[in-house]
Amino acid sequence: MLLLALDTATPAVTVALHDGSDVIASASQVDARRHGELLLPAVDRVLAEAGIGLDAVTAVVVGIGPGPYTGLRVGLMTADTFGLALGVPVHGVCTLDGLAYASDIAEGPFVVATDARRKEVYWARYADSRTRLTDPAVDRPADIADQVAGLPAVGAGALLYPDTFPEAREPEHVSAAALAGLAAERLAAGEELPAPRPLYLRRPDAQVPKNYKVVTPK
Amino acid sequence: MADEPLVLGIETSCDETGVGIVRGTTLLADAIASSVDEHARFGGVVPEVASRAHLEAMVPTIDRALKEAGVSARDLDGIAVTAGPGLAGALLVGVSAAKAYAYALGKPLYGVNHLASHICVDQLEHGALPEPTMALLVSGGHSSLLMSTDITSDVRPLGATIDDAAGEAFDKIARVLDLGFPGGPVIDRYAREGDPRAIAFPRGLTGPRDAPYDFSFSGLKTAVARWIEAKRAAGEEVPVRDVAASFQEAVVDVLTRKAVRACKDEGVGHLMIGGGVAANSRLRALAQQRCEAAGIQLRVPRPKLCTDNGAMVAALGAEMVARNRAASSWDLSADSSLPVTDTHVPGHGHDHVHEVSKENLYS
Ligand SMILES: [Zn+2]
Repeated sequence: MLLLALDTATPAVTVALHDGSDVIASASQVDARRHGELLLPAVDRVLAEAGIGLDAVTAVVVGIGPGPYTGLRVGLMTADTFGLALGVPVHGVCTLDGLAYASDIAEGPFVVATDARRKEVYWARYADSRTRLTDPAVDRPADIADQVAGLPAVGAGALLYPDTFPEAREPEHVSAAALAGLAAERLAAGEELPAPRPLYLRRPDAQVPKNYKVVTPK
Repeated sequence: MADEPLVLGIETSCDETGVGIVRGTTLLADAIASSVDEHARFGGVVPEVASRAHLEAMVPTIDRALKEAGVSARDLDGIAVTAGPGLAGALLVGVSAAKAYAYALGKPLYGVNHLASHICVDQLEHGALPEPTMALLVSGGHSSLLMSTDITSDVRPLGATIDDAAGEAFDKIARVLDLGFPGGPVIDRYAREGDPRAIAFPRGLTGPRDAPYDFSFSGLKTAVARWIEAKRAAGEEVPVRDVAASFQEAVVDVLTRKAVRACKDEGVGHLMIGGGVAANSRLRALAQQRCEAAGIQLRVPRPKLCTDNGAMVAALGAEMVARNRAASSWDLSADSSLPVTDTHVPGHGHDHVHEVSKENLYS
């Protein structure tokens, strides 16, 4: 097994190679505005560091969000196209699950929250680092205060809103290494991973134009 | 000819997911997935809706294009993609796909200009572009008069719209007339049964001291809306066919008059017309008539090649390969306001592209 994992659902552009038991190489950069430019060079660097060609990869793993759409699509489109060109499967992993897996919280329950912008967070509750209890959701921190009260929390969304998440802690960003580790475990256990389709959680902003403006002066 | 470059082109600057394959100047495949129906109820293209649709449509459309062309991805000589101008989020989907595809296949990547592609597509219809060529590009997004002496390196803007694009004016008048979206085809249809001389709508920027090659459609749009409102206010029926015909005539009269004048002024013997509005039947007819009178050779591709498509991107990509232009780097970005003079986006050190790819795939 040789997994190429990537995630662009958060400000981090993160790539990792995983052989089924260990991470062979990885790279992460945090730059919310340049996912499009940074991802392919990062893939190239990770492969070069490992001395492995892309055609040796047996499956692609991609973070499916939730995340701000424009950046999220960079990773998904790249993973989809790698899958097409290489003829290998592409698996999705919920980005929040990757963060949960990377946390060192031994005893749950706990919360993972990422920054959804517009003063909202993407979040879910976990029983432990491998077990999600709720579907990913997008909410204003104040509106979920009751549901997360007293729970430790990881992720940039938790660190950003200490009033709601007083027990916020690292990791701040998801890493493809964690994503790959989780995917490797699940694939080895014969589990099916989600399809590589985006979790937007919001409808597109679409203004229906009002009836045309009257131009005849009154 | 088998030694001509085989190139796959990806276009996602607006609401069409286009993947085309060409060999030199020969069209092999032109696969399109459009999200136009999803935008209709909004009366215009909604960027986020378009971007989501591109992501879903991309892989199936690439697959379809390869099957249609009957070629293997391994045999491609390059991957071309619209780097701009266009909707930022939409462009980014196509650029991400093109980069991943080129990288995985070990092929050079060419980020190219959308407007230059609109011109270059005519090579698939009428053979090599004459040099120089005058181009009138008219669509919902652009209205430009461009002159090119080499489509891979030299595109000069002579004029452009100072307010609305021509296609936008069609959309707006169609909305005023309650004819739906997009407006171009439906106005064209109604206009065929109307009298283009029934109402004298204004011709924008055609005065002796106006910029000779610039366009303005905002005043015309207002005049047409005002005329319709006056009719409705008077309780009279709006003669939709005559309004459509007279409005359309005002648009295409100005477009063709200025394009022919530019050809004469610059001593250019060929005029190509591209963009979605080039599908307009009256524009094609009037351009033909005026070019003939002026001794200018008119080149207008079939309507499917005039609207946004992947074949036009592949056509320009093939020309980039044929003329040994520098490939783009892996950090190629989508540039929503890429200047028309940037025919492509060459990489910093273009050897990098080949070097890296070879190592990754064939070491
Ligand atoms: Zn266009």
